[in-house]
Amino acid sequence: MSALILTPNIAGADDFYADLLAAHEGLSKAESDALNARLVLLLANHIGDRAVLTEALTAAALKDA
Amino acid sequence: MKKIFELPLYAYERSPDQDTAHAIRHPVVVIGAGPIGLAAAIDLAQQDVPVVVLDENDRVSFGSRAICFAKRPLEILDRLGCGQPMVDKGVEWETGKVFFDERQVYEFNLLPEEGHERPAFINLQQYYLEQYLVERVRDLEAEGKPVEIRGGSKLLRVEAKDDHVALLVDTPEGEYDLQAEWLIACDGAGSPTRAMLGLDFVGRVFEDNFLIADVVMEADFPTERWFWFDPPFNRGQSALLHKQPDGVWRIDLQLGWDIDRDAEKKPENVIPRLKAMLGEDVPFELEWVSIYTFQCRRMEKFRHGRVIFAGDSAHQVSPFGARGANSGLQDTDNLIWKLKLVIEGKAPDRLLDSYDAERVHGADENILNSSRSTDFITPKSEISRILRDAVLDLSERHAFARPLVNSGRLSVPCTYSGSPLNSADALTGGPARTCPGSPCPDVPLGDSFLLRQLGDRFTLLTIDCDAPEELVEDGITVTRLALSTSDDPTGALAERYLGDAGSAVYLIRPDQHVAARRGDYHEDLMRTAIRRATGKESVE
Repeated sequence: MSALILTPNIAGADDFYADLLAAHEGLSKAESDALNARLVLLLANHIGDRAVLTEALTAAALKDA
Repeated sequence: MKKIFELPLYAYERSPDQDTAHAIRHPVVVIGAGPIGLAAAIDLAQQDVPVVVLDENDRVSFGSRAICFAKRPLEILDRLGCGQPMVDKGVEWETGKVFFDERQVYEFNLLPEEGHERPAFINLQQYYLEQYLVERVRDLEAEGKPVEIRGGSKLLRVEAKDDHVALLVDTPEGEYDLQAEWLIACDGAGSPTRAMLGLDFVGRVFEDNFLIADVVMEADFPTERWFWFDPPFNRGQSALLHKQPDGVWRIDLQLGWDIDRDAEKKPENVIPRLKAMLGEDVPFELEWVSIYTFQCRRMEKFRHGRVIFAGDSAHQVSPFGARGANSGLQDTDNLIWKLKLVIEGKAPDRLLDSYDAERVHGADENILNSSRSTDFITPKSEISRILRDAVLDLSERHAFARPLVNSGRLSVPCTYSGSPLNSADALTGGPARTCPGSPCPDVPLGDSFLLRQLGDRFTLLTIDCDAPEELVEDGITVTRLALSTSDDPTGALAERYLGDAGSAVYLIRPDQHVAARRGDYHEDLMRTAIRRATGKESVE
């Protein structure tokens, strides 16, 4: 029973992906790493649910839940 | 004028024990007259258990050392008769500021809960605590209580026997043998007792050095805790500024691992660092400088037969969170009533195993918290630094990131969840904070406070509920404290002890922890709870 949504959930997926790339445009590696870290923290807080976050950590590590 | 840490407070004096043909046996010997050893001795002596404290030195510790004392240890010190001078002399603080790089990212207020006699925290040099504890020992001696501090007495050998512990003690006038029925080792992180017994002390070493400086200055910094991550005056490292009494400020500067410790300690190197931090034109005087490294570790077991370890000798944490002295005081608070009952034959020996279970649990909690603080303050990898800096950058703009900032999770009292001494919670609707195992939260009662009336003995706290004034179960006397919600117009008593329940009965241990609770008085169940709280009944 997965609470983490792993099916397509973003309307306009291509647009979002373009936004993500654009956010990193012109940044150094260090600046990009920092941006990614801030993004992870913002999104994690938005989710809030620890069980979902745990599932996301597992999925991000390319492991089976 | 000499400072307190320059005066011998318990100079060596010849003891009659040195002139006997056979070693004299004492019920309890404490090794180490630091804060934890003295607290143990006072706790025993004020309950008439004879105790001898041995210390190789003769005065309080040099330098401020432990400076931050939390509410629960202050409450314990109240029970030991030393809380008031601590609070009178100490500096109370509530506001903390967090700086990152060149800017303040946010500030917080500890917002202490109302209705407690003691503040959330005070700052006070450890040598004052030790001085008050020595003074308390002297007062007890004057009252005829069986307590003695032997200065200039160094432990040379310790041997565990079946019915006692054999000690060899060195003094300026030579060695002598001594015996203890029980030995409490409060001889610090480098515990010679532990080493002589060949016991383990394993854990995690943190590869970092910290410069700690006590600075006397007339500065108009407010009474706040200031913590810097990566400040311009200490690039890539952290810094802490904290106020103590007498115009003394504690400054803590992280130095990193590969440094020349002796060189860094020299005033010509320390002073420029401090000037960069405080400003070129702030006059100050250095009172004490030290460089420390730290480990987070504990002994596998704190009790080894008749030898019991308490304080830093049993567990060591990083200084972030003020969990060293604060947890050591909770150790002896937990231990002494149990030892007294065992010595008096009112409880079985295995009651002392619960000291091990409960305080190992407490030590693990402290090690976990202080390791996490250390990992945040001194990131161990590139990515942990990136994430740490991301938290700090976000904390300046968004409240959500502030709870993630970890410059030390300040010591909170330990709840002994799952302790073998607890009875199952039988108070329907009762507040979680006072479930069995919890330390009793204070409550205002008119001109006084609840915790003033608890401790040193088992108490049956009844709130709007009938019960006998006294109950004796197999040598354990439980005395009733009858309260009503009307005793506390602020409502704290009801909020902290009743919750949604209409009435309650609490069995409270001599260390002010809850052993059992239910909605009404039931004699058989209370007797069972008393037996369980004194190690006479195992949990099924």
